[in-house]
Amino acid sequence: MTQSAYAKGLPEPTEVSQPFWSAAKNRELRIQRCTRCRQYVFYPREMCPYCLTLTLEWVKVTGRGKVYSWTVVRRPTEPRFEKKVPFVFAVVELEEGPHLATNIVNCKLEDISMGMPVQAVFDDITPEITLVKFEPCR
Amino acid sequence: MSLRGEAAITGIGELKPMKGPAGKTSAGLAAEAAKHAIEDAGLKREEVDGLLLTHSLWDLSILLPEQLAEYMKITPAYADTMDVGGASGAAMVWRAAAAVKAGVCKNVLCVCGDALNVSRFYEGPRRMGPLQAEFERPYTVMPANCAFAMIARRHMHEYGTTREQIAQVAVKQRANACLHPDAIFHGQPISVDDVLKSPLVADPLHRLDMVMPVSGAAAYIVTAADRAGDALHPPVYLLGCGEYVTHNIISQAPTLTKSPATVSAKRAFEMAGVTPGDIDHVGLYDCYTITVIVELEDVGFCPKGEGGSFVAEMDTSPTGKLPLNTHGGELSFGQAGHSGGMSFVVEAVQQLRGEAGQRQVPNCELAFINGNGGFLSIQTSLVLGRSR
Repeated sequence: MTQSAYAKGLPEPTEVSQPFWSAAKNRELRIQRCTRCRQYVFYPREMCPYCLTLTLEWVKVTGRGKVYSWTVVRRPTEPRFEKKVPFVFAVVELEEGPHLATNIVNCKLEDISMGMPVQAVFDDITPEITLVKFEPCR
Repeated sequence: MSLRGEAAITGIGELKPMKGPAGKTSAGLAAEAAKHAIEDAGLKREEVDGLLLTHSLWDLSILLPEQLAEYMKITPAYADTMDVGGASGAAMVWRAAAAVKAGVCKNVLCVCGDALNVSRFYEGPRRMGPLQAEFERPYTVMPANCAFAMIARRHMHEYGTTREQIAQVAVKQRANACLHPDAIFHGQPISVDDVLKSPLVADPLHRLDMVMPVSGAAAYIVTAADRAGDALHPPVYLLGCGEYVTHNIISQAPTLTKSPATVSAKRAFEMAGVTPGDIDHVGLYDCYTITVIVELEDVGFCPKGEGGSFVAEMDTSPTGKLPLNTHGGELSFGQAGHSGGMSFVVEAVQQLRGEAGQRQVPNCELAFINGNGGFLSIQTSLVLGRSR
């Protein structure tokens, strides 16, 4: 990872992960699925962690999931978050199974609950990078 | 193959934790602690022929064992950097024991040193790899606070653990630290109220639920049991060990409420031929208060889900029913990077030798240590004892 991207907390897509980030820019949630055991896989990688098969395909998923756990970050222990606290960091469990790290947005802090149904939304943070975040299902 | 009774810790060294930069380098601190351990073991520097160290966590200035070997003019036949995060300080014990049992070397120096350097404080998490950088770091700061906050919230949700119960870990360890003159918070007892009034960092965890980063270093010497009898101090024998890895980063954790100790502790107790009820002194890695609660359950001191009420009701002082983190743990003794994990080994050795002063657990024969790395990602369990 380059020094400056790391310092800014920007993702640096790799050849393996680029399809995820390109899809996000197009407001789509796409993750991998194993061609052999059919399990969904996230984070993007070259090998299925369930059956060790080396052929994974990219598929569009529903974007729906539920809150697996969360925290409200109140102290900005890095300068890049100074203006963003309080914000919610969470692990969301996608309908298809995999977990991913994200922010919960468009939701009052006191309304977040364990297992709350959420839906992917897309946040353009730079011209190149769009982050995948989640808001409550309406 | 069992390592039971094959090796002993014969020397220890630990620097008094210091707030802020030490005016010294990580290598300098490590070398100083190493010197104390070598002398404590009654050895000459030339007799050290094994070297294990962990990366300096705060600044990543120590990466290779050759760096410290060169710094101290030590020429080991076995050298390794081992990094299983905070568990490293404990995990070195059994690796060193395996090396001396295999006859590869005779005296293994195990050491960590960490100089707090505020401008480089965020180097350490890079070790968790590019996938954390790409898929977690864009969404939050310093993943450790958030990871354990989510673990706490899940534990509270699944088992009804309360904020007051979790705070008791901090309160009771602080009381223990008041008996250790070197502890960074010596002389500063706290209450549950103090914990819950300290700033909320990552809900539900407050500042006093989290370790105090300090500068410091620790070291110990591991020798074959057959040669340990002539040591300057009573040897402390490795009787059981176990280790288990389940994941790396928090979004990939298979569970947020169980830890690898469910496996590693069982193995350690089996090898030693003892049960949790036989243990006189316990050291549980405490990067956060909630970590201790999960470990108490998974090591087997109380049923799953009851860690909160257990710690709230149990006397964990040196003269109590379950002496726990009698040096104050990292929460109150201080976390000098990866040497924080070694402080549990140093404390257990002092207890088993009968050298723990005001903190002495009476009739201390058996000690148990659980080290934790990452976010309940990897854990190492040890049983240590006064007799072989």
